[in-house]
Amino acid sequence: MSETAARPFAGLRAWWTMLSICIEERLAYRGDFILGTAMRFLPIVTQVFLWTAVFGATARGDIAGYSRDDIVAYYLLTMVARAFSSMPGLAGGIARSVRDGSIKKYLVQPVDYVGYLLAARIAHKLVYYLVAALPFAAIFFVCRGFFPPLPDATTVAAFVLSLVLSFLLGFFMEATLGMLGFWFLEVSSVIFAYMLVQYLLSGHMFPIDMLTGIPTGIPGVSLADLVRWLPFEYTAYFPAAVWLGKVRGWALVRALAIEAGWVVAMALCCRLAWRRGTRRYSAFGG
Amino acid sequence: MDNSPSAAGDATVIRVDGLAKQYRVFDKREGLAASIRGLFHRESRVVDALRGVDLTVQRGEFVALLGPNGAGKTTFLKLLSGIITPSAGTATVLGHVPWERADAFRRRFALVMGQRNQLWWDLPAAESFRLHREIYRIEPARFTRTRDELVELLDVGGLVNRPVRELSLGERMKLELVAALLHEPEVLFLDEPTIGLDVVAQHTIHRFLRHVRTERHVTVVLTTHYMKDVAALCERLVVITRGSILYDGSLEGIVDRFTSHKIVTLDLDETPDRGRIERFGFPCEIRGPRVTLRIDRDRIADVLPGLLRDEPVRDISVEDVPLEEIVAGLFRGASAAPESGA
Repeated sequence: MSETAARPFAGLRAWWTMLSICIEERLAYRGDFILGTAMRFLPIVTQVFLWTAVFGATARGDIAGYSRDDIVAYYLLTMVARAFSSMPGLAGGIARSVRDGSIKKYLVQPVDYVGYLLAARIAHKLVYYLVAALPFAAIFFVCRGFFPPLPDATTVAAFVLSLVLSFLLGFFMEATLGMLGFWFLEVSSVIFAYMLVQYLLSGHMFPIDMLTGIPTGIPGVSLADLVRWLPFEYTAYFPAAVWLGKVRGWALVRALAIEAGWVVAMALCCRLAWRRGTRRYSAFGG
Repeated sequence: MDNSPSAAGDATVIRVDGLAKQYRVFDKREGLAASIRGLFHRESRVVDALRGVDLTVQRGEFVALLGPNGAGKTTFLKLLSGIITPSAGTATVLGHVPWERADAFRRRFALVMGQRNQLWWDLPAAESFRLHREIYRIEPARFTRTRDELVELLDVGGLVNRPVRELSLGERMKLELVAALLHEPEVLFLDEPTIGLDVVAQHTIHRFLRHVRTERHVTVVLTTHYMKDVAALCERLVVITRGSILYDGSLEGIVDRFTSHKIVTLDLDETPDRGRIERFGFPCEIRGPRVTLRIDRDRIADVLPGLLRDEPVRDISVEDVPLEEIVAGLFRGASAAPESGA
């Protein structure tokens, strides 16, 4: 249509406006946000103490190849990864908007719901980084002794790329999960189960290397192998492993490609869920 | 500018043929035992929310859908705006099948449904307006002109920069209307726009909608419970009960169609004798010297001269049965059977 031709980047502009409005909305609740962010730093401190205690109790100098310093560094890095990949409230919010009918707005207006959710989430994250940057910097400064020397520029670039991809992966996984709300009235137990699996298998609780050798019942396949076939590790373990230099060279390129593949796959799942879900919604009521 | 199927020329904006919508609802029996049984087997039944509706609306018409709760009004509006798909039948709005949800269609209509619809709760309405400018791709100069005009008409200039959550129900509704009309839709669907509002706000919204219709030539379909809305706004009334159209026509037509009598109110010199007054018509009410009679419309010309001659009449008025009463009668007749969900 001619109106589109007159403003070639109209779609992008709309998305940009959406992003800026979402940021404003997040900032409307800055007080709550700052407090929430501060609270999220508490477990970091307790985890550092926990691992220190674990290593104090064992005579071994390392666990699964990780020294105490390694594990604290690893843990702090997974916190960075999770600052990108975790999506608090995303799935639940989608399911709620289906239940209370506010999803209708996105059926009536010429907007793409997934695009809107992405804008809202980027806004959410940007405001979070704004608030969390200082405490994060402080913790890393205090804990700098645990870290190996700074990696080279290529590794840092790969780390940043893995973080961006982990954001997208986390977003599309949780958005897909939230769209189960089209089929089930209540998805909070599904979300809970997902969080649990995610916590165990993403490397958030402990490095995935520690699962090597744990049998799964399938001959020749350990739990670590199984986890390698799933997308979860890219949301916590993988970025940390990149920074710590555990994945290098071609293996790194391959892993990033696989992560990108997961992003594409989950984005397609999300689209499909939206299409099927809205069709079901339209057929059954609304 | 516009090359969609129903551009200039065609005056028919909405065409609906045999539109039907069935819902499957799950029955939940009372009690724990029934709940446990329900885990394994849920009993469902099909509810007809809309049963084969036909309707044609021309450009610029203002149509009121009137009906009791659960009559199917909202289902109908949801179908026309593409939120839900029908079980049977067809519909086109501006030449598009609504539930295909093409962007080219979605840029040309608006739906206002409930209070928390388009506006962002925590932000000033001005921000929601700005977002609409982008998603509806409204030319900036045009946007500013339309926005200022709408804001002035509804007198909400002082409200656009306050967070929406701080506003009253009526204020929010007015701003919802502004948001809905910024992209100059050709068709506007309103679901109970005056529900819960005070008289002043209702009045403002009525005046505004009349303006929208006459100045902007917007085709409006609204659902309502209130005869006040209908009387103030619409020439065309569609009464829906139990998923079917019971009446489709003018406001005056409904009086002719569903009532056979007029209401005659008399002020007499003294309290009359019931037996005497019954000769002229059915006395609905005798309160002192004031008498209300129901008289067959066909007989009224014959009866009145005798009445004026024989009775000590000081004052007389002859009126149609109030619209509310007619419609309430229609609803009552229809609600004798169980309601269907909407």
